[in-house]
Amino acid sequence: MKIIVCVKQVPDTTTRIRVAPDGKGIVDNDVTWIVAPYDEYAIEEALRIKEAKGGEVVLVSLGPDRAQSALRDGLAMGADSAVHLKDPLFDATDALGTARALAAAIKGLAPFDLVLTGQQGVGGDNSQIPGLVAELLDLPQVTVAVKIEVRDATAVVEREVEGAHETWETSLPAVVSAQKGLNEPRYKNLKGIMAAKKKPLDVKDAAALGLEASVLAPRVAVVALSPPPERPPVKMIQGDPATQAQELLRLLHEEAKVL
Amino acid sequence: MPVILTFAEHKDGTLRRASLETVSEAARLAAKTGAQVESVLIGSGDDALVTELGTYGAARVHVFADGALGSYATEPYARALAQVIGAVKPSAVLVPFTSMGKDLAPRVAAKVGAGLASDCVAFEVDGARLKARRPVYAGKAFATVQWEGEPQMATLRPNVFPLGSPDAGRTAAKVAGTVDTAARARITGTHATGAGKLELTEAQIIVSGGRGLKGPENFHLVHSLADAFGAAVGASRAVVDAGWVDHQYQVGQTGKTVSPNLYIAVGLSGAIQHLAGMSSSRTIVAINKDADAPIFKVANYGIVGDVFEVVPKLTEAAKAYLKSRG
Repeated sequence: MKIIVCVKQVPDTTTRIRVAPDGKGIVDNDVTWIVAPYDEYAIEEALRIKEAKGGEVVLVSLGPDRAQSALRDGLAMGADSAVHLKDPLFDATDALGTARALAAAIKGLAPFDLVLTGQQGVGGDNSQIPGLVAELLDLPQVTVAVKIEVRDATAVVEREVEGAHETWETSLPAVVSAQKGLNEPRYKNLKGIMAAKKKPLDVKDAAALGLEASVLAPRVAVVALSPPPERPPVKMIQGDPATQAQELLRLLHEEAKVL
Repeated sequence: MPVILTFAEHKDGTLRRASLETVSEAARLAAKTGAQVESVLIGSGDDALVTELGTYGAARVHVFADGALGSYATEPYARALAQVIGAVKPSAVLVPFTSMGKDLAPRVAAKVGAGLASDCVAFEVDGARLKARRPVYAGKAFATVQWEGEPQMATLRPNVFPLGSPDAGRTAAKVAGTVDTAARARITGTHATGAGKLELTEAQIIVSGGRGLKGPENFHLVHSLADAFGAAVGASRAVVDAGWVDHQYQVGQTGKTVSPNLYIAVGLSGAIQHLAGMSSSRTIVAINKDADAPIFKVANYGIVGDVFEVVPKLTEAAKAYLKSRG
């Protein structure tokens, strides 16, 4: 079984985000970069399927030079090889352009049985890659998976929706996106980190993927980035607990008008 | 006349509130740009739903009533929506950012080659074009985005856009459509996980608990307070990772992003990744024994105190208060 995992490198979720002076990007010199948490679930799931059924796990990531450290992290967890998609054209593209590059790279890895991704990055928060890649590869998709059971030519996937879990059955190959709860990702150990240094890591640019600038031109562009709106100062409520409770209800009703 | 197209999701024979929020916003944008609102309804031919979309401003509703579309499947739904986009050539396509919309919209965007802005919380009109505002880094920053070309596709965060006033005098024309219903991935079963509990992303009031509750055996205090307010229950990542509650309850950067009218944080310090997921709530109340907890920086009202004393009193008072108002 050959499993492809799309990986994105994102700022650590505990990082404070500061808007850069150009008002379009973030200050990234003091950012700690990590494998997107949902992508870690995808990598872990791929490794578990490989351990149960045999096969190989290939990671694909699009990003600048630093993205290679995310790929090495995934290789250290146990993936077999990695492809790094790097091109100045990729830096300015949007979710659709990113998906086009990923889909082109994945096509080059055919035949494969399963494509796994995180259900969203925690950066641009588009949550689009799984569906975009599935459509571009003409594959079925099941998103936000909390359980994946791979059979011969099909997979049974539990998908989290509002207040329920849906069970889906899909033919393979398919694109499945991972949600928190799918598994508990393993930690990379020293042996894994050492082994990762020797694992194959290919670098491909737009030309190698057969992609022209026009298909990578962004359809959605950020024109401004700003910090979240300031919240008003907090009003502290004094008194004993019973008084505080009464006063809070009064304020919620009369002042905030939310009750 | 340019068209703004919306996707109308329905469940158990009624339109989801997020669908009505979406058509309401479409109507407001259409009024500013001189466009006409049209909606797409898949898997139901119920005239009552068509009528309701009409009262919120849809002039035409494209209906795919085939019984084979009764439960959601990504491929035929995407085919149907893309088919309408091809026929109507809308300037914008608005889809609720629900579980279904989040699954469907990217597939459609790839099919029609459109730019898609996800999880938008506001729109403005710039000439005949739209600009959208959307949170990035789970709300640690906000991006203003613009599209190249058409359609301008967007998903809309539930619970953010106000409902319009339905006008019984407005009616929608029903346009019947058919589509190939083949799908390689299909739903074979559904089971409720919240057992009648309110869904976080749709709730008007949320009560969330954190580590200040000291142990899973005390989490019932959060449930009791939530019941008193008719609220949904949330939790911090720390208590989810500690196994007190299922991850479905998690609010924050690797959980749910919520924007209720009222968010009550109980014994929750307010880690950066938690604040990211809830700081767009309209009114925030924090109850915590540590006056320096970061949660007070985003709160409108704060109570510094022992959650084990304050929360039962507040539960009692809320019950009495809401009862007195019937």
